[in-house]
Amino acid sequence: MDLPVHVQLDLHRRMVRIRLFEEAAGRLAESNRLPGFLHLYVGEEAVAAGVCGALNDDDHITSTHRGHGHLVAKGGDFNRMMAELMGKATGYCKGKGGSMHISDTSLGMLGANGIVGAGSPIAVGAAFANRYRGRGQVAVAFFGDGSTNIGAFHEAANMACALHLPIVFACENNEYGEFTPRDKTMAITDIVDRAAGYGMPGVIVDGMDVIAVHEAAVEAVERARSGGGPSLIEAKTYRFYNHHGVQNLGLKYRSDDEVAMWKQRDPIFTLEDRMIENKAATRDQFDAIWAELRAGIEAAIAFADESPYPTPDQITVGVYTSMSGAS
Amino acid sequence: MADERKLAYVMAFNEAVKQQMEVDSSVFCAGEDIGAFGGVFGTFGGLQAKFGADRVVDTPISEQAIVGLGVGAAVTGLRPIVDLMFMDFICVALDQIVNQAAKLKYMFGGDAVLPLTITTAGGGGLSAAAQHSQSLEALLCHIPGLKVVMPSNPYDMKGLMTACIQENNPTVMIKHKRLLGMTGHVPEESYSIPLGKGNIVRPGKDVTIVAYARMSNEALIAAEELAKDGIDCEIIDPRTLQPLDTDLIISSVKKTNHAVVVHEAVRFGGLGGEIASQIQELAFDYLDAPVTRIGAPFSPVPFSPALEQHYIPDSKTIVQGIRDVMARV
Ligand SMILES: Cc1ncc(C[n+]2csc(CCOP(=O)(O)OP(=O)(O)O)c2C)c(N)n1
Ligand SMILES: [Mg+2]
Repeated sequence: MDLPVHVQLDLHRRMVRIRLFEEAAGRLAESNRLPGFLHLYVGEEAVAAGVCGALNDDDHITSTHRGHGHLVAKGGDFNRMMAELMGKATGYCKGKGGSMHISDTSLGMLGANGIVGAGSPIAVGAAFANRYRGRGQVAVAFFGDGSTNIGAFHEAANMACALHLPIVFACENNEYGEFTPRDKTMAITDIVDRAAGYGMPGVIVDGMDVIAVHEAAVEAVERARSGGGPSLIEAKTYRFYNHHGVQNLGLKYRSDDEVAMWKQRDPIFTLEDRMIENKAATRDQFDAIWAELRAGIEAAIAFADESPYPTPDQITVGVYTSMSGAS
Repeated sequence: MADERKLAYVMAFNEAVKQQMEVDSSVFCAGEDIGAFGGVFGTFGGLQAKFGADRVVDTPISEQAIVGLGVGAAVTGLRPIVDLMFMDFICVALDQIVNQAAKLKYMFGGDAVLPLTITTAGGGGLSAAAQHSQSLEALLCHIPGLKVVMPSNPYDMKGLMTACIQENNPTVMIKHKRLLGMTGHVPEESYSIPLGKGNIVRPGKDVTIVAYARMSNEALIAAEELAKDGIDCEIIDPRTLQPLDTDLIISSVKKTNHAVVVHEAVRFGGLGGEIASQIQELAFDYLDAPVTRIGAPFSPVPFSPALEQHYIPDSKTIVQGIRDVMARV
């Protein structure tokens, strides 16, 4: 483990922020305080944190329906996120998008997405624009294992490689698409096998190990930034909660043992234990970080609660951009 | 009748599929999460256990290939039911729906039969936001070669779904997400409601309301409200939008001399425009006021309940719309 301690702490912080945000969102949803669908990222924090930790602020990412983690990892503001989840006017999308469309273009976060697979082609476009302008920025497409069964993914991967674009495809392989296990919907075990078909390098990393994800991401981002073209990272990970919401309602599609096994490998506690063992940090230090970030989430919930709802006259606002550029 | 058997909309769908699968071995189902899980809305619940994984197939997340599977299997002799979880996802599969399913027969000089049913779930009201709440039926009705069905209650659901499966042409069966739990009388024995036949949901003499899917039920509530003011509404639920039961609508308008069309879809370019111009062309001399359309504003479906509740028409919007029409007389 040769990553500088401050980098490890940065990755830790990103993960804890995600965890706290998601746990809070889950609690609110369970008490019926959040409208709509909620896809939680708990368990997969190491992927967003490890990858976004390798990016500059102005690099672009595209996300999925499970998008809060990506925005938090990119530096998303708790207040505006929580307000958006509640459908408030002060939210990131002014209450128009909600959980599934949360976005912050100023952070290069081009949106969670309700359409599985749709983010990857958009990342290709961002990568194209970045190279076109010679901006030196890269784009990362986050996507799930299940989304690699959709045409859009394949078209995006092929085009990115054909055009040799500065892009990284970051797969969160949590072994399920909704309630159906991966082995029922594809005949391969590793998503990374798909990379070769398009002519890009691919690696498998332990998606519960943020350091491993980060090291792979640094290499892939460096390749993209230096003109080496696309690559694919497959992070083997797991979502701790249900496909949407928290509790597993209705039919059981994962065994308790399987869920428990993965929870044993909690990416945050794994990192904390390792850092304490390596004398890179202390329990007290971590406790202080959790407490500080927890205060932020409490403040965000209060902010969102106190924020007004958008008014009906806002329904048709923001559909088009005017010729003066105002929205 | 007190002892009438009641069934939920979602189970009426399920029963129609089950009964057709029992009598016709060429019927199979395919879609995301429909097998072991029974579909995210429970629409296919229990069917894989009953008919096996060869007839109730869990597919990858591959909408284009799902519809393509249906097209290819239909044209080679099976009777597929393919499911697209949310109506918004038809956009991912539009080539297979619009350029393939709808057109093969015609392009082959008539030499193809496509007994294909595409099932999906449309409509808003769940804070599911812009990509999981749309009502895109007008897009489909514009395509020659497709039939489009949108049931408003459990009874119609079962009869129309049965007709879709038995139909020898590609049909799109659009369930409304907000109606899944609606219960009502549904006979146990198999029956079908002919595609293209509308229903007079409520007879009346003063104004014709053409409304389908959930809006048909909202129109009923509106009619009760308006009855207090002495406005007697006749509600026509076309049930099938393509082909459309124009005759039923026109004969009603000739009687009431007023017409209002209601849908949840965006008003501009919605089916209401087509229905209104049919009425104007075929019953112009009978009209005492312009035909009015009630639909959603020209924006994507907003997420926040504070916006969505004003976005989707409801009984109050319909009452107001009808008062406006009647006030012109
Ligand atoms: C085009 C499309 N098809 C289906 C869905 C419904 N859906 C939402 S999430 C999901 C599963 C996605 O699986 P995966 O890509 O592995 O991501 P995960 O949920 O596991 O993070 C499905 C099928 C959708 N939103 N869009
Ligand atoms: Mg997955």
